[in-house]
Amino acid sequence: MREITVAEAIREALTEEMERNPEVFVFGEDVGAFGGCFGVTTGLYDKFPDRVIDTMIAETGILGIACGAAYSGMKPVPEIMFSDFFSVCFDYLFNQSSKARYMTGMQEGGKNAGFVLRAPNGAGVRAAAQHSQCVEQFMMPVVGLKIAIPSTPADTKGMLKYAIRGNDPVVFLEHKMMYGISGPVPDGDHLVPFASADIKREGTDVTIVATQMMVHKSLAAAETLAKEGINIEVVDPRSLKPLDMKTILASVKKTKHLVLVNEAPKTGNALTEIGLRVVEEAFDYLEAPPVRVCAPDTPIPFSPVLEDAWIRSEADIIEGVRKALA
Amino acid sequence: MKLTNNDLIKLYGDMWYIRHFEQRLADLFAEGVLPGFIHLGIGQEACMAGTCFNLGDGDIIGATHREHGVLLCRGVSGDAIMAELYGKVTGTCKGKGGSMHACGLKQGALGNNAILGPAQTIVNGFAYAHKTRKNKKVAVSMFGDGAANRGEFHEGMNFASMWNLPSIYIINNNGYAISVPKSKQQKIDDLSARAAGYGIPGVSIDGNDLIAVIETTGEAIARAREGGGPSLIEFKTYRWRGHFEGDPTPYRTDEEVAEWKKKDPIKRFEKILLERSVATEKDMKGIHDQMLAKVDGHQKFAEDSPWPPMSEMYTDVYYYEEGSDQK
Repeated sequence: MREITVAEAIREALTEEMERNPEVFVFGEDVGAFGGCFGVTTGLYDKFPDRVIDTMIAETGILGIACGAAYSGMKPVPEIMFSDFFSVCFDYLFNQSSKARYMTGMQEGGKNAGFVLRAPNGAGVRAAAQHSQCVEQFMMPVVGLKIAIPSTPADTKGMLKYAIRGNDPVVFLEHKMMYGISGPVPDGDHLVPFASADIKREGTDVTIVATQMMVHKSLAAAETLAKEGINIEVVDPRSLKPLDMKTILASVKKTKHLVLVNEAPKTGNALTEIGLRVVEEAFDYLEAPPVRVCAPDTPIPFSPVLEDAWIRSEADIIEGVRKALA
Repeated sequence: MKLTNNDLIKLYGDMWYIRHFEQRLADLFAEGVLPGFIHLGIGQEACMAGTCFNLGDGDIIGATHREHGVLLCRGVSGDAIMAELYGKVTGTCKGKGGSMHACGLKQGALGNNAILGPAQTIVNGFAYAHKTRKNKKVAVSMFGDGAANRGEFHEGMNFASMWNLPSIYIINNNGYAISVPKSKQQKIDDLSARAAGYGIPGVSIDGNDLIAVIETTGEAIARAREGGGPSLIEFKTYRWRGHFEGDPTPYRTDEEVAEWKKKDPIKRFEKILLERSVATEKDMKGIHDQMLAKVDGHQKFAEDSPWPPMSEMYTDVYYYEEGSDQK
């Protein structure tokens, strides 16, 4: 199978969906001729000059367009330059799009409430505390939103295409350290539905549920532990809302151990929800309490030595596995 | 703009329809029948009726929790609006929105947005869709002087200006943001002056003058339909009631309220109807009574309607939720 990067996968997904539906449009800060802050939309403007639109630095203005155009039946795909900036336009996720269908009679308009908000997520680029966070934990309680959190080029492409064809508001998080990661992506109309957790590595001794960059680190940790005869299963939920608990529960019932690995700080971490659901629904299968491998409860530091230590490493994950097995 | 006698009669009826509807809400709230909060637009009828007069099929207008009247003027069923305010399943939102969210999308009435600010950016999404589809439709956002101090008012107007969108921004300036008077909100007299900062036309007029409201909104809407871009209009008006029902209004004097009641938009319009021999006192009384009877009917409909079934709690959350049986 051909291999492309995550950035290329996003570009392909956007191109294909824009060709498929003339009412899909991409807009945000510097997404036009500049190609986006991380170069993800490079070349898209040349193909669709009227539908790849630079905006002012005005996040509420951007998401306002997304909501109104979605309610009109269009398919907006706004980009917010860093997911950290959701804070300044959170109302559109928290009070507007996610509640529109339920509360304002949007049912009369049926399906018109869907947009796909793309945003780079995560640490590792020496950008300090306001440009490095994983924000999924802030989105978790927002009823009516969907959260995509893919970790590979194939999943990214398939889920983005699937999200654009849906009719619900989606927060589509792209880890910025992943843009350059290559992987096999099927040709053709590749779609990956939400709530379809993927077993990235089969194993029998411990279930690791991980997201985005932590999937890759967990896979590396699993290879190291395999040399000791510890057989890890790595499950990538791929979407956090809706969440495929069936796959996760089946895995935990098999391995009887659960380690949750997410880049964000531990308190209020998005994967805590998965841990508690496992405790509620599969407590009798567990041979040890679930273990969380998450960042310290601090802002993300700038200094490279501090940031590197802040981001959980393969060694931290291995330590978490040993704790679960102890 | 040429208004026919039939237009004038319809507009007169619209204003009474709004006032009776709102007065009924006040009474029902006082009796403890209506749950939640109620914000009334009595005194601001001309702003609503006059603006809606210029809107047609496919045009969109979104307003605030004070503009049930906009829904009525757009042709949303009064039965369904009243039922929504009761929390009944026959309401515009199946009883799940209430007074602050009642709407009628089919009639181009986006309904209310109970968070001040976002409606002034969301209007541009509708306007962008209109522009993309080249349908010559417009999107109107009607809001208060309070919302005009939110950042989103400014981001929204700049977007509308730069993208040359058919967005019309209308401020119903009733003098108070809840309890805070305009003298404590901004240094300028006319909020329409802010349009200059975005390079778009801005005008402030007497919002209790129905004919002026129709002419001003008509001009802005016609310009937007022809690709001329957005406008900002400020209506100077006044709310007779408090911010919400139950508000003791310690921030204003009885004299001030009495002064504004002399500028009653309905009474002023009656003079015009009489002067132009469009209607007699008797005709006007007939319209007044007819609208009151309509509101009686809405109340009865709402009272007779069932509550939402418990299953309604779980519908409309997602269009499609993977891994669940919901749709």
